[in-house]
Amino acid sequence: MGILNKHQILERSPTLLLLGCFSVVTVGGIVEIVPLFYLENTIEKVEGVRPYSPLELTGRDIYIREGCYTCHSQMIRPMRDEVERYGHYSLAAESMYDHPFQWGSKRTGPDVARVGGRYSDAWHVDHLRDPQSVVPESIMPKYAFLSDTQIDGEYVQDLLETHRIVGVPYTDEMIASAQADFTVQADPDADWEEMVERYPGAVVSNFDSQPGITEMDALVAYLQMLGTLVDFSTFTPDASR
Amino acid sequence: MSEQEIDETTGVDTTGHTWDGIKELNNPLPRWWLWCFYLTIIWGVGYTVAYPAWPMLTGATSGLLGYSTRAEVAQDIDRFETQNAALKTALAEVELASLSDNPDLQRFAVANGAAVFRTNCSQCHGSGAAGSVGYPNLLDDDWLWGGEIDQIAHTVRHGIRNETDNDAHWSQMPAYGDILEDEEIAGTVEYVLSLSGGDHDATLAQTGAVIFEEQCSACHGENGMGDPEQGAPNLTDAIWLYGGDRETLLETITNARFGVMPAWGSRLSAADVNAVAAYVHGLGGGE
Repeated sequence: MGILNKHQILERSPTLLLLGCFSVVTVGGIVEIVPLFYLENTIEKVEGVRPYSPLELTGRDIYIREGCYTCHSQMIRPMRDEVERYGHYSLAAESMYDHPFQWGSKRTGPDVARVGGRYSDAWHVDHLRDPQSVVPESIMPKYAFLSDTQIDGEYVQDLLETHRIVGVPYTDEMIASAQADFTVQADPDADWEEMVERYPGAVVSNFDSQPGITEMDALVAYLQMLGTLVDFSTFTPDASR
Repeated sequence: MSEQEIDETTGVDTTGHTWDGIKELNNPLPRWWLWCFYLTIIWGVGYTVAYPAWPMLTGATSGLLGYSTRAEVAQDIDRFETQNAALKTALAEVELASLSDNPDLQRFAVANGAAVFRTNCSQCHGSGAAGSVGYPNLLDDDWLWGGEIDQIAHTVRHGIRNETDNDAHWSQMPAYGDILEDEEIAGTVEYVLSLSGGDHDATLAQTGAVIFEEQCSACHGENGMGDPEQGAPNLTDAIWLYGGDRETLLETITNARFGVMPAWGSRLSAADVNAVAAYVHGLGGGE
């Protein structure tokens, strides 16, 4: 009788079997779950990444609502051809305030991880309104209706609070001034200095050049900041990754 | 311990387990399958030792082979950079105006510039560089900010009316809706139409000529030929950035236009900027 035949002892005692099962599941569970507690270790510390401003976060919600992620990825992989085309490969830290992340898994359109600042606001508006007007070969649908919905950030404070619950470090000050920050980012004539202090690198512009804030403004504000937060002229990649 | 025996119906060994007279047949996994399974386990363990894998307290294990995705891509890029180093350096430093004296370098510049153009510029200017409404056609000889190769390189490097580059081209047409009366604007529209030989109302155009002289000629020139120093378009030809019909002109004069181009000097290398300038210059309209 080898050791392999001893399993009868386990099989004939429900208590032993239960204990045995429990210990196996425990080991398996620990192996799978414990590394998650050290997830922070896998995100390298990078200068410049900040939580989304209220207007950008609203735009991000519109990006998700419209399903942009089904055709556009936000993940430049570390390969020469991708780096040549889209810019520096994406860092984990750049999406650490994304809940959920927008890496995507399919590129019907190009990657947008570093689309911020590449084109003018007017281009984004023209392109969203009628993609074929600027890129005739594009198969992207038209999103002109985004200009029709005026938004005032009524619930943006709740949105920031929700993101704080899942770990985005919004300060009390950021949450208190959420709606005001939302409004001034789309109005270059307003008093936006404090907003930019809270959200360094935020682009202040009347994105669609129309009065009022529409979903178009919010989405363009989001697109214009994508991938712009890290200054890669001063960034040295951690070589061990 | 019950007896192990051969089941009569199937002719297969039993395991010896019985329950209420029901016996369990012993059909072990094929040996080859089992050994493959054991091999994958060994391979899996070896793999996590050789390559970065296990998350530890301060970071993941780095693996015995010292593999790094980042090092790999850096190496890959380096390899190409080294191959092209001589040409790239020459291209970054070349006096653009005399690029055509060096046919080898020019060929490299145009080929390289074509790739840069398709990646970065085609979204606005079109893959064939013919532009679209609001985004200039680069195939003709009508240049807003100058069509010499140096001027093109400057425009690419610093952009137009952007907030990110202090050397960006900058000019701003006033929105005349706030300055002029409706009739004055209507007259100016007719006068601008007359400049390019379009159908126009001659009487209105006469009043428009006076307004043009007072308000527009400082940038667009007395005869409407434009001024590349200020990015003021030539109004006497048939080439229009936003459209030359009556309705569009009315919109343009009333609300003005403010075309923005990003500065590419911070995204592209000096060699790539020169390359794309050489490509655009060679498209047909270069001066």
